[in-house]
Amino acid sequence: MAATLPANSYRSSDTTMSVPPGPSKRRSSRTADLIFEWAARLAAIATLLLLAAIILSLVMGAWPAIKEYGLSFLWTSEWDPVQNKYGGLVMIYGTLMTSLVALVIAVPVSFGIALFLTELSPRWLRRPLGVAIELLAAVPSIVYGMWGLLVFGPILAQYVQAPLQAAFGHIPYLGALFSGPPVGIGILAAGIILAIMIIPFIASVMRDVFEVTPPMLKESAYALGATTWEVVFKIVLPYTKAGVIGGIMLGLGRALGETMAVTFVIGNFNQLDSLSLFQAANSITSALANEFAEASEGLHQAALIYLGLVLFFITFVVLMLSKILLSRLQKGEGVRT
Amino acid sequence: MINPNAAQHARMAKFRTRKAVNAVAIALSLGAMAFGLFWLMWILIETFRLGLGGLSLALFTEMTPPPNAEIGGLANAIFGSITMVLLATVLGTPIGVLAGIYLAEYGAHTRLGKLTGFINDILLSAPSIVIGLFVYAMIVARVKSFSGWAGVVALALLIIPVVIRTTDNMLRLVPNALREAAYALGSPKWKVIMGITLRAAQAGVVTGVLLAVARVAGETAPLLFTALSNQFWTSDLSQPMASLPVTIFKFAMSPFENWQKLAWAGVLLITLGVLALNILARVLFRNKN
Repeated sequence: MAATLPANSYRSSDTTMSVPPGPSKRRSSRTADLIFEWAARLAAIATLLLLAAIILSLVMGAWPAIKEYGLSFLWTSEWDPVQNKYGGLVMIYGTLMTSLVALVIAVPVSFGIALFLTELSPRWLRRPLGVAIELLAAVPSIVYGMWGLLVFGPILAQYVQAPLQAAFGHIPYLGALFSGPPVGIGILAAGIILAIMIIPFIASVMRDVFEVTPPMLKESAYALGATTWEVVFKIVLPYTKAGVIGGIMLGLGRALGETMAVTFVIGNFNQLDSLSLFQAANSITSALANEFAEASEGLHQAALIYLGLVLFFITFVVLMLSKILLSRLQKGEGVRT
Repeated sequence: MINPNAAQHARMAKFRTRKAVNAVAIALSLGAMAFGLFWLMWILIETFRLGLGGLSLALFTEMTPPPNAEIGGLANAIFGSITMVLLATVLGTPIGVLAGIYLAEYGAHTRLGKLTGFINDILLSAPSIVIGLFVYAMIVARVKSFSGWAGVVALALLIIPVVIRTTDNMLRLVPNALREAAYALGSPKWKVIMGITLRAAQAGVVTGVLLAVARVAGETAPLLFTALSNQFWTSDLSQPMASLPVTIFKFAMSPFENWQKLAWAGVLLITLGVLALNILARVLFRNKN
């Protein structure tokens, strides 16, 4: 590959030129080469250092809280700035639960969209529809947030939550999920909006990996009389399993770290009274968005940074898994036609 | 003589089930597609419906008003957003392009290159609010003041990974024959990269930058505790600085009618801006390819 040619590989051709450049010119261009290579390398190293610096600064900022609470911070639910007592369970629960709701909705929908875009859609419609779905990802999260709070929330309360409560409210266990006031704000609302926001990410990864499946495999299955669904479910999906899970992980990583849309609709309620999906709650990101700028220096701020560190750790692990799974698929890609 | 008939029946039954399952799956897939488009339409329509009412010249000339004031606009917030995003682009693009060049042209097979590519992909999707926390700890806590510069740095840190990823991808698409031809003419590597490969990948890189700009233009979280907000016009970046997203956040959560109206107008502006950038980037990329 020419990309890996050593910097001095042009030297041999220099001598065959009719007017060889003077030695000073050659030296200066070699110096320029070195400078350029190191500038590029430093920029790459800076990216690595950035990650290290983020982790380091979060640990340092959170240190007072880490010293005070240790790991018990993760399962203590009391969050009381007045008495200066902090536990992160409510926010961690909120973050995980909203992301879970989002995944439950987004994964099947994204799969359907990817199936449509790769197998069903007429060729001329593929591109515009794909772009439209990708534009969903381009809408800024603050727009989702404001729309969710003022437009979607009330409609959700009236037309979805109230009927759900009427239908399932009296069934033991299941009813607990739908208890509480149906006000359109809380875990369910946040989860649905997160789902809309991550559908484009999951769907476009799924579409891309579905397209990687060798046509030979699919055509063989079709030739044996398989239906479209059988081809997708029994041939394409097993072949692209790693990539599909990687895409889901990518969506999960996005959902965990999403801030504004969640802050608007989750209700910012720092107690964990019931496991109801209608319950107003709090998430790590919305606690940070709401409290950090006003938090007094000291334990309150440190506890918030601790939350940020927990969030960064979770998303880091999720995104790393995603990346590893996706690159595994790439390796097995083989010949593309 | 009944057996073959029964077998035939069983086969037909199985065939019918398979066809039915297929039909259901296709219907659900169509439904999923409609579901996705439905939200996009709904959000865009509501944004236009509620935002158009607030659009006026005053939006661009007046400062953000106190609650319940008669007049007011978003001039300082719009100016702050544009200033910070522009500066962040100027700051982030060269670093991102250089690192992308390293990944594609120098470090494709080195350990540093692979590791950087891997870490960069994680930074690409890392929660933006954590970047805000980081910049707060590095700059705001040291200087003891929120400032526009801190906001610029936070946005630049979000731009860099996007630019690195697209530059790397686009440079890898440039055919090796181009590089070899340039080397054969005796050009030094830096000239090959700057004059040949980067130029060949130009459309893609510009697209990446535009998409990065579109992404940070709507970012609120990293600005909340870096640039904070400012009720007044300021072009001094060492002061807290207003931005469109943060102002929308503050106004939308308030009970005041004039603030909410301005917030919707702001939402319309930012949606239009971001979608326009996205579409421009795509059109540009397609034309050049």
